[in-house]
Amino acid sequence: MKSAFVWVALVLVLAALAAAPFFMQAYGLGLLIGLMGYVTLASAWALFSGRTGYISLATVAFFGIGAYMVAAFNEVLPYPLVLVVAALAGLALALVVGLSTLRLAGVYFVIFTFGLAELVRQLVTWYEINVTGTLGRYIFMSLGPEHIYWQLLALAAATLFITWRIDRSRLGLALRVIADDEVVAAHLGINLARTKLALFALSSVIITLVGAVQAPRWTYIEPAIAFNPTVSFLTLVMALLGGASRLWGPVLGAVPLFLLFEWLSANFPNHYSILLGLLFIAIVFAVPKGIVALVETRFRTNERAFRPVAMEAEGKP
Amino acid sequence: MIEVRNLSVSYGKHVALTNIAISVADGEAVVILGANGAGKSSLLKAIAGLAQPAPGAQVRLGGRPLLGLPAHEVLEAGIALVPEGRGIFVDLTVSENLDLGAYARRARTNAARNRDLVFELFPRLAERRRQIVATMSGGEQQMVAIGRALMSSPQLLMLDEPSLGLAPVMVGELFSALGRIRQTGVSLLMVEQNVRKSLSLADRGYVLEAGRIVGEGDATSLKDNPLVQNAFLGMAEDA
Repeated sequence: MKSAFVWVALVLVLAALAAAPFFMQAYGLGLLIGLMGYVTLASAWALFSGRTGYISLATVAFFGIGAYMVAAFNEVLPYPLVLVVAALAGLALALVVGLSTLRLAGVYFVIFTFGLAELVRQLVTWYEINVTGTLGRYIFMSLGPEHIYWQLLALAAATLFITWRIDRSRLGLALRVIADDEVVAAHLGINLARTKLALFALSSVIITLVGAVQAPRWTYIEPAIAFNPTVSFLTLVMALLGGASRLWGPVLGAVPLFLLFEWLSANFPNHYSILLGLLFIAIVFAVPKGIVALVETRFRTNERAFRPVAMEAEGKP
Repeated sequence: MIEVRNLSVSYGKHVALTNIAISVADGEAVVILGANGAGKSSLLKAIAGLAQPAPGAQVRLGGRPLLGLPAHEVLEAGIALVPEGRGIFVDLTVSENLDLGAYARRARTNAARNRDLVFELFPRLAERRRQIVATMSGGEQQMVAIGRALMSSPQLLMLDEPSLGLAPVMVGELFSALGRIRQTGVSLLMVEQNVRKSLSLADRGYVLEAGRIVGEGDATSLKDNPLVQNAFLGMAEDA
């Protein structure tokens, strides 16, 4: 009964969001597109990093590759095929990066992914200057903003659905223990390398698609725009604010932060970066485990805390 | 069934094991005795694929070479390890921990039967299957760890100091459970400091000192061996 109600509510919310472009002005729709983009980025990021504990700063490398694939192929291939090419490019990069780095632990992985994003940006810049002889590219496509919005909405819904399925699966259980203790996880028969690689690839392909779908909005791209490291940091802090290991955490972090960043960049354009930095620090101090966990402990809605068996155990020595 | 030969392990300059040769026959229970730092855990880790031995070593399970396989493949081959400190996931429930034990391919077909077997061996786990492991006592957590290892239908169960840190009552319960596990046909290889209990369970034993095997024999002869008595049983004549 309860789960049927939740499903109906979710479908209604999705329908309302899908209908939103019919009732909105250009600015409102632009805001929704940016919002949906970050909701998807943060959720896809958390799908890998939130579950395995491997903090990736390579978000923008995949995001930018997606945008560049659209810029490179939108005039020679039909649009759906362009998206397939972008997804495959993201997958190829994820597999190369994954195979070479997922053995790195902790801070080394963070540094490597940060370096990777810079490397990809420099490589694209080098290629554009030395091979194509230009730095920027134009993207002229007949996609209206509402089409971009619907694609992002579908991608966001798909990301959340995939995350929900994975969390409930055998793979989800494996991921929780990999984050906890890799040695024991390996000894339980979990193929660490393959599990982490599969998830990293999935998360990266979604991120690549977000970049690809959003690219036509920009009409002009160059490496400094498509590979702007702020994208990686915003994604990270949104997921952390909401709670990176929870299904709805990244959404709950992305919505308020995106609106706040919009407001900050409109009202304090010169001090935007400083305010952003202060905000990052404040979030890490104030809600280290994310909003979802905070709400759960505050209101004790955590179902486990109410399991009768667990309660009985607390009375025991 | 398992045959270890010429096994040496070092961590950098520190040599943990030198030329170890041991074997466990089908259905046999073997204990490895040794003081702290003698290399007992390194031996189990090398067999489990978690430590890298020096070239020339051989580890065979039923004739099949195991060395060089990653840890998850060793488990698929039929060797489960209950690591020191248990290595269970305390934020998960008993049931979820057991599900993890059934993660391996070899475990999936018999998962339901193995779960029944575990609950039969440890009825207390059946009562508490939905309980978060962190809220349980040390002895109960050790049951979860052993139960989880059994979920993969191992041919050989390795235990690294299972009685460490348990109350004496629980140690008794633990060893009687290990006895029942033996009767199901699983071979046991354990590392222990509780010499009396482990020698009454085991068929044979090895004595490990400073990374070398310094003695071996059947359980009764080891109990009377002055080397073992001096080192572990506190029965030295001048005491």
